[in-house]
Amino acid sequence: MKPYFKKLAILLIATIAFASCSKDVNETEMNELEGFTKIRELSNSTHTIELYSEKEALIVGYNEIKLRILDNSSDIFVKNAQISWNPVMHMMMMNHSCPKSTVEKVADEGNLYEGYIVFQMEENASEYWDLTIDYTIDGVDYSITSEIDVLATDKRTVNSFTGSDNVRYLVTYIESTEPKVAINDMKIGVWKMENMMSFPMVDDYTVKIDPRMPSMGNHSSPNNVNATQSNPGAFYEGKLSLTMTGYWKINLQLANADGTVLKGEEISSTVESSSIFFEIEF
Amino acid sequence: MKNTFIILLMFLSTSISFAQKKEKDSIKVIELKEVILIGKKAAEYEKNSKSLSTIEAFLHQSSSINMIKRGAYAWEPIINNMPTERTLVTIDGMRIFGACTDKMDPITSYIEVTNLSEAVIQDGQSGSLFGNTIGGSVDLKRNKPVFGEKKLETQFHSGFETNNSQKILGSSVNFKNESFYFDLDIMSRNAENYSAANHQEVLYSQFNKLNFSTTFGFRIKEHKLLETSIIYDKATDVGYPALPMDVSLAEAFITSIKYEVVPKNSTIKNWETKIYFNTIKHVMDDTTRPNVPIHMDMPGWSETFGFYSKLKYSFEKHHFLVNLNSFYNKSLAEMTMYPNNPNENLMFMLTWPDVRTLYNGVFLEDSFTVSKNSNLTLNISLGNHLNTVSSQFGLESLQIFYPEMSDKKNRFLKSFGANYHFSKSGFHYHFGVAYSERAPSVSEGYGFYLFNSFDGFDNIGNPNLKNESAIEGSFSIGLKKEKLMIKANASYFYFYDYIIAQTDFSLSPMTIGANGVRVYSALDTATIFNTSLSFEYFVNPFFTWNLQTTYAIGKTNDNENLPFISPFSYTSSLRFKKNKFTSEIQLVGNATQSNFNAEFGEDQTPNFAILNINAGYQFKFGNTKLMLKTGIENVFDKNYSTYADWNNIPRMGRNMYVNLNYLL
Repeated sequence: MKPYFKKLAILLIATIAFASCSKDVNETEMNELEGFTKIRELSNSTHTIELYSEKEALIVGYNEIKLRILDNSSDIFVKNAQISWNPVMHMMMMNHSCPKSTVEKVADEGNLYEGYIVFQMEENASEYWDLTIDYTIDGVDYSITSEIDVLATDKRTVNSFTGSDNVRYLVTYIESTEPKVAINDMKIGVWKMENMMSFPMVDDYTVKIDPRMPSMGNHSSPNNVNATQSNPGAFYEGKLSLTMTGYWKINLQLANADGTVLKGEEISSTVESSSIFFEIEF
Repeated sequence: MKNTFIILLMFLSTSISFAQKKEKDSIKVIELKEVILIGKKAAEYEKNSKSLSTIEAFLHQSSSINMIKRGAYAWEPIINNMPTERTLVTIDGMRIFGACTDKMDPITSYIEVTNLSEAVIQDGQSGSLFGNTIGGSVDLKRNKPVFGEKKLETQFHSGFETNNSQKILGSSVNFKNESFYFDLDIMSRNAENYSAANHQEVLYSQFNKLNFSTTFGFRIKEHKLLETSIIYDKATDVGYPALPMDVSLAEAFITSIKYEVVPKNSTIKNWETKIYFNTIKHVMDDTTRPNVPIHMDMPGWSETFGFYSKLKYSFEKHHFLVNLNSFYNKSLAEMTMYPNNPNENLMFMLTWPDVRTLYNGVFLEDSFTVSKNSNLTLNISLGNHLNTVSSQFGLESLQIFYPEMSDKKNRFLKSFGANYHFSKSGFHYHFGVAYSERAPSVSEGYGFYLFNSFDGFDNIGNPNLKNESAIEGSFSIGLKKEKLMIKANASYFYFYDYIIAQTDFSLSPMTIGANGVRVYSALDTATIFNTSLSFEYFVNPFFTWNLQTTYAIGKTNDNENLPFISPFSYTSSLRFKKNKFTSEIQLVGNATQSNFNAEFGEDQTPNFAILNINAGYQFKFGNTKLMLKTGIENVFDKNYSTYADWNNIPRMGRNMYVNLNYLL
């Protein structure tokens, strides 16, 4: 009887150890997914890819996206995939992509991958976005393409325009996602359109900001700091000062490395709004 | 008469007087304080030409006090040409702080004449008994406790003023016996818009006020007394014609419990300890105003807990006064703006970020009898003043301007003074020197976009301000003869770090139409020089002629004028009294305000002179008395405004009043 108990005990301990091990992984995963909602599943015959976002859906503007790949046959999440993605807008006359990051593993141990996509326009009845995810597992290439919904927002967070240098730019609001009556850390992304499919990040520019309240005499706020890059390839960071709650229009000017303003106007008594701006309301 | 008594010498037309005490060694001690009798005692009614006047009007009789007027209601007292921040106004020693960011509710607006017996005014640092002050203090004293032979007294008060149809109604009940006394007063005032000269209606100058007050006193032992006191005051629909907003509610609840010991034949003369609590709610809104660019609500709250323990102690030629006092105040004010587009979120900010102030201080005074006719008073006041911004929202708001700002700021405040009095053959001399400090007020330290409609700037507080300090010198000389009394007074204040808001051209205003933004900062130095002259001549037993003039000058270190400094002003009256009839004719005027500062919204206020007349008679019907006071103010219906009228709003035109006090 005794050896039997011993074996049983070892088995029990091993089970607990194993269970807690896998539970640990699950917990990490759960933490990583905290605040994220599953917005879409894309599948082919071999895999199902789950897309997660902090928002309820993909929207115009900056979207932080997490994803994981489920092996349909083994029902296990794939941990060692190399992933790239390409969102494409299918318009009546042409197709184009948008700014996007590479897709990276969130944590070595986990099975989540992450990246961001900046949609510059929403879908409509005749024009739509699809997302192609190419991935390689153990040297084998796979691909999924699926239509995705990109919804409009009621506040403007993306400006797509041609600068005075004839380059097409995209300037996007990233943070603060929870603005306060305070000096908020502000994050902005600036990309240019090299061609229909390539949107590299622009380095060394300055995004000048001027927050205003149009509902209240278009007053400004003090001690804002224009957004600049701390190093090439990074998002632009600045300080956004908001003196009260309500609707704020953040008027923008995009200046290149020489300080030449490529787009946007300074606010004055006669100019109430810049041609490029963000909107927030809290 | 020759032993212990207080001679009340009328040195103003109505009831300002010196308290002149005769000590047991028959050496005169002159206290440098002015006492204005207010109360509802029949004897005092006889002296007041307008018994149901407002507290403000009573205080205005003092040559040290002026009033900033933003309408017909809640005038802000300025003492020695210094506004609320530099002065100390207490009710029976209780610290109370208005809840309005725009100073529309000085604490004098939360009480009624029936609550009080007198106002004790002390100039400069000598008023530091209940806290730090530079300009001086007013302690509004509640009705004095009296035990005695059982007696119940009931009074009815009624008044009417023609100009603004002000209706005053009230009643008082007093009861006393050997071990218990009780006071109950109710008073209501209701006024429509007033009219300036030529029946020009001043819109939004109406007000309604209801005041309820009660005091209970119990004798615990032979020389021990316990007293509770409650004042409830509620003003509604108060118009402020000089401001862009009105007040829908100003409500105060003021309570205290006092324990007092008055030992007999002891070196301890009096020991009084009080704990108190008061809460104020003040709601500004502009919903009654048409055509505002944006509607806004601005409610404010102020709560104060406090205590003091005051001991009077005499030892040989020394008269000591020791007071320990503490308070904890919470000041919070909000502003909500309603966008014209109803789908937009409300715009909200904290204009006072829930600032907690904890003050602990001690005041020590020794009044020392130097010789038969001279006296030296030394005092020192030390206090610790701790501000805490307890709202995270408010702290982060202010950190927009002051990123390094911490939620706490501790200040140590000190002041000391010496006053020497000398009197001989009818002449009185007084010399005083003092040093005093004060902490910035909540608005000066922590205000967030407070719009000042006088200069048209948004004001931002500055938590890094230094303490303001002043060196003060004062001098007075008086002569008192049988038929004549003259007193000349001068005081000079030399300020360091004089707190004032200065324009920051880099900032853009929040308020629609504002001229810009000012941030509280400090002038290196500033000076204020006050002078006054009082003259009284007893023509014959029936007629008294009285003249009072004041002149002041205030300068910044750049020799610019400080705002709200009184030009030359005068009051002259001829009073007649025979038996139960009194009558008075009074001339009040100001010279042209030549020292003004346009930067602070001032302009040259022209000179003016108005004439007032009044008469009173006391009727007696058996055991009941009826006091009738009637008068005409601004008899010639002059159109005028004073330097202290906010945005030059015109003052009341001709006004007739009747005050009745019926004593059962």
